[in-house]
Amino acid sequence: MASLLVLPIVTPLGTAVLALFLWRHRRAQQAVSLLGAAALLAWAVALLLSVSRDGIQATAIGNWPAPFGITLVADLLSAMMVTLAAIVGAAVAVYSVATIDARRESFGYHPIFHVLLAGVCGAFLTGDLFNLYVWFEVLLISSFVLMGLGGERGQLEGSVKYVTLNLLSSALFLAAVGVLYGTVGTLNMADLAVALQDPRVDSRLTLAIALLLLVAFGIKAAMFPVFAWLPASYHTPPAAVAAVFAGLLTKVGVYALVRVFTLIFTHDTGVTHGLILVLSGLTMVSGVLGAAAQGEFRRVLSFHIISQIGYMLMGLGLYTRLALAGTVFYLTHHIIVKTNLFLVSGIVHRLKGTLDLASLGGLYRTRPILALLFLVPALSLAGLPPLSGFWAKLLLVQAGLEAESYSIVVVALVVSLLTLYSMTKLWTEAFWKAAPDAAEAPLSAGEWRGLLLPVAALALLTVVLGLGVEPVLALSLRAAEQLLNPAEYIRVVLGGRP
Amino acid sequence: MLYAVLAGFAGAGIAPLAHRALGRASGWVLAAIPLALTLYFASFLPAVSAGEVIRWSRAWVPSLGVVLSFELDGLGLIFALLISGIGTLIVVYAGGYLAGDPKLGRLYALLLAFMASMLGLVLSANLILLFVFWELTSITSYLLIGHKHESEKARKAALQALLVTVTGGLALLAGLLLLGIAGDSFDLPLLVARRDLIAAHPLYPAIVLLVAAGAFTKSAQMPLHFWLPGAMEAPTPVSAYLHSATMVKAGVFLLARLAPLLAGSVLWYGLLVGFGTLTMVVSAFLATQQTDLKRVLAYTTVSALGTLTMLIGLGTPAALKAAVVLVGAHALYKAALFMVAGIVDHKTGTRDILRLSGLRTALPITTVGAGLAALSAGGLVPFSGFLAKETTYAALIEFPWLLAASVLANAFGMLVALVVGWRIFTGESQVIPDDPGPVPVALWQGPLLLGIAGLLLGVFGWMGEGIVAHAASDMAGQRVPVKLALWQGFEFEALLALGLSVFTLLLGLAFYKAHGLLLRLATSLDWLYQRGPYRLFDLGLAAFVSLAKWQTQILQHGYLRYYILTVVVTLLPIGVLLAAPGSPVWPVTFGPVGLFETALVAVVLASTAFVMSTDSRMAAVAGLGGVGYGVALLYLSYGAPDLALTQFAIETLSVVIFVLVLYRLPEFRVLTTRAQRLRDAVIATSAGAVMTLLVLAAQSQSGASRVSGFFAEQSVPAAMGRNVVNVILVDFRSLDTLGEVVVLVVAALGVFALLKLRPEGEAH
Repeated sequence: MASLLVLPIVTPLGTAVLALFLWRHRRAQQAVSLLGAAALLAWAVALLLSVSRDGIQATAIGNWPAPFGITLVADLLSAMMVTLAAIVGAAVAVYSVATIDARRESFGYHPIFHVLLAGVCGAFLTGDLFNLYVWFEVLLISSFVLMGLGGERGQLEGSVKYVTLNLLSSALFLAAVGVLYGTVGTLNMADLAVALQDPRVDSRLTLAIALLLLVAFGIKAAMFPVFAWLPASYHTPPAAVAAVFAGLLTKVGVYALVRVFTLIFTHDTGVTHGLILVLSGLTMVSGVLGAAAQGEFRRVLSFHIISQIGYMLMGLGLYTRLALAGTVFYLTHHIIVKTNLFLVSGIVHRLKGTLDLASLGGLYRTRPILALLFLVPALSLAGLPPLSGFWAKLLLVQAGLEAESYSIVVVALVVSLLTLYSMTKLWTEAFWKAAPDAAEAPLSAGEWRGLLLPVAALALLTVVLGLGVEPVLALSLRAAEQLLNPAEYIRVVLGGRP
Repeated sequence: MLYAVLAGFAGAGIAPLAHRALGRASGWVLAAIPLALTLYFASFLPAVSAGEVIRWSRAWVPSLGVVLSFELDGLGLIFALLISGIGTLIVVYAGGYLAGDPKLGRLYALLLAFMASMLGLVLSANLILLFVFWELTSITSYLLIGHKHESEKARKAALQALLVTVTGGLALLAGLLLLGIAGDSFDLPLLVARRDLIAAHPLYPAIVLLVAAGAFTKSAQMPLHFWLPGAMEAPTPVSAYLHSATMVKAGVFLLARLAPLLAGSVLWYGLLVGFGTLTMVVSAFLATQQTDLKRVLAYTTVSALGTLTMLIGLGTPAALKAAVVLVGAHALYKAALFMVAGIVDHKTGTRDILRLSGLRTALPITTVGAGLAALSAGGLVPFSGFLAKETTYAALIEFPWLLAASVLANAFGMLVALVVGWRIFTGESQVIPDDPGPVPVALWQGPLLLGIAGLLLGVFGWMGEGIVAHAASDMAGQRVPVKLALWQGFEFEALLALGLSVFTLLLGLAFYKAHGLLLRLATSLDWLYQRGPYRLFDLGLAAFVSLAKWQTQILQHGYLRYYILTVVVTLLPIGVLLAAPGSPVWPVTFGPVGLFETALVAVVLASTAFVMSTDSRMAAVAGLGGVGYGVALLYLSYGAPDLALTQFAIETLSVVIFVLVLYRLPEFRVLTTRAQRLRDAVIATSAGAVMTLLVLAAQSQSGASRVSGFFAEQSVPAAMGRNVVNVILVDFRSLDTLGEVVVLVVAALGVFALLKLRPEGEAH
């Protein structure tokens, strides 16, 4: 079904346009935003079911056949990522209605939020390298605006670093696309995979381009040593914005890395994937150490994004069926859990007016349900069974042991211990210890429900994903098989063309 | 059987509600859950004693070979009965102990969740399933130790226990996964059948080390024991349940479970016997150095865990039999003594053994329970503790050194039993300030029932021969004959063991006489105790945090210019790769270059140099404009007029906007040093060089485009457009254009918001 491939891009774009037309009507914008998010979720699930049933699907935009026109492709990885984006989109849309202030809403918060979702979904679905660049631009410009929207000092300071480093990344990406086109004369990713098989293409040039893309996507994914933009900015915007960023943006970078390093650059895996494996270890360690040095709720969470990006890259670096399944499952788990933790941080901020750990406390006594809803994603993040994070960790560790890459396994296990340490720090400081200032902002029961609903839904999803892990795990394994054997992907995109 | 395991979790779900609805009676009502489980498991006694193994399994995660597979054998049943039985008493006890605590409901929930996890652990027949429950016990233990979470000491103790046990847990996970790789399955019975394969596998040593690390942290083997005395910060019901009777035995249980797989090597033997013996003796001695009742008991617990580890390490049928008996006897008397400590604390407000005496009048029933438990702990006839000691001695007869160590440890244990069961209850009655009144039934029922159970199991020990024999056989992987009787007959071994028991008793009495001396020793050795492994843990944690801060300052310093620099530097290896000999760049060949192009390049270069050297902003902007126009003219000369036109428009606009903005900025000043500028110049030039090399390399390859031919051919007939570039933009690649249009719209919105939307309270 070709339309299913287009709908996850068109729906949020249409929602954004509709919301723009309702510029002066906040309530109507909210309603449109919620409906749009619900529709996106419905299409995404339909797409996932369809891809899971019928295999990889592709559609040529404007009916210009690949590789001449732009092709949208959904394999299992893409479909899963679109579904996750839709889940995060729905949760954050609900949360935004409950938390985003009228000032931001009257300056286009809702439409830009949906443009962001369109950009993310577009990036996951496109089968064309330059088109991927375009979707990167779309999601970046909307994230720039959301990051700075509100104009608070901290926001602007964070935005400057965010914008500069991400633009640098885009420039490198574009340069790589240009050089690649100059070398083999095509932009369609499946066609690139075929073209680079040609023995006349110099292998060292291929490697150089691969490394350039590794740096470009590495910046987006917040990989060591080019992650600085993330901790510099993620603690500044409103919780809803930070949550959607934390859940999705770096994962687009990871997705791009997975895509190009399973489909296009698989000639010299000893060098490229070996390098990715080393970088994954360094990313894990530097992220978790960064978190241990922080004394603010969201800064701790931000650094943990980096260390978990390391886990996802570990699977790519190991490059086996189990390891890639680990990456896919880790992505799934992480997107849900991380978004949720940022949403929880927003509730904490709403209650206590600060996220400075030294000034927090007492929430276990006063808000036991919130405490439970923090504990579920936090323990999942630290990889404790039977939550989703445990299975994610288990897959990667098992894959590492099977590949006899013992040092990366040791790093992964130690980092998971340190992650647990960080989560207990948040727990101890914000929930267990007595609050220096017992005052809490009053919340009406309705407001409280609005805040808790998305958090509870995502926490439930984490538990379900942990206890009923098999379906998603089996899906991840199938996705990994598709990634490891790209012949089917290429066949679907290029048709019978050699 | 799954439902039996899950019942506790369900109970945990309803416990807070039940507590709110039932108030003071909640403990008695909620105890129905563990009681029902006890009866359920007890109903399997005849079958399991007869050698049956009850199995239950369902698929869980088939992709990973993880099966919800439970197995009730002798070993599992003994543990299950202890867990659910003592759990029943503990839930009632907790209701009395923490009556009026608003968080009692949550404590019930955690206790029941812990019980369920522990049951799952001892019944699992799948390695990963076992590990899932293993970690659940760690996390519930963390939350339980931190029950009094507003006390910093409690939080610290909870964290310490968690970090130590989870570190071990991660080692265990690696060990179990390697075991799964070596044996090609996570199914325990299947692995037992493949034991020879595993023993010969090159991963075997790693497996043993990792599994032992996991077991040792959980079962508090020295030097990883320190979290257990610290965990005494937990409310006493928790200490009695988790940290004496059940959770700390999880490590020992694991060793017992995996013994049929892993035992039989020097490594296994050396690790377990070595660390076990060390732990047994040293912590028995350390118990005499404490004055806090709960810490005294905690150290004797560590000692018993050491004995168990040693016995399992020995692995002889007699040793395994002794281990089974000791597990049961110890759980009963130690849980009882902890509950006694709790009652004493509850009543008097102190746990300092030096300040307690004559409590028999204030606590008559508790005295009876304490006395019974202490007699069992001291190993007197006819208590179950006696059976445990006798069988242990009988098992150690072939190992004189271990036997001597065990006698010494037991004598210290005797001293502790005398202190806890005799000293604080006899002597002059003390005046109790703030007497909370008579001790409720909920509190004293536990020690009394456990004390009586310890006696009955001693007297009627022979009735349990079947189950003990099967439990020992499960560990040995072969049939172990078991005879349990208070009187073992006139054989040499039996008489020697009996003689040693008498000797232990006398030695214990002598130590009791010297207790004052031992405590004075504790004062003078205090400097040493202050440097125990727990101190090392603290220092390690502090060092870790400093390291974290140091590395974060280096990586996340906050200067955007250095972040950019980092990105650029990561590109340099690409340049090295392309510049090295053998690269497609070499030899560089140029086509013919005209005069016009040469002149343009000269203009571009001169403008660049001018931009860098001028100290006027306006001039720099003008220079940039020059660079842009130069490049645009180059496009023109190479036949891309549309590109050139776009570039002209953009350059013009940029210069105009720059000038408008710069006009409002403060004066231009040089803030960098010469050296910094030099460094920046080098880095910028190398970045340029990398790009140049890339382009040269691509140039050298340049085959024909795979797509442009199609565009040229199809533009007119299929897309109805004569301008190929336009057709590409709006038709062939229209999706790109759509995206870029969106980018422009959002950018416009963003600029609008940046200009108009200021934070509240700031002027526009």
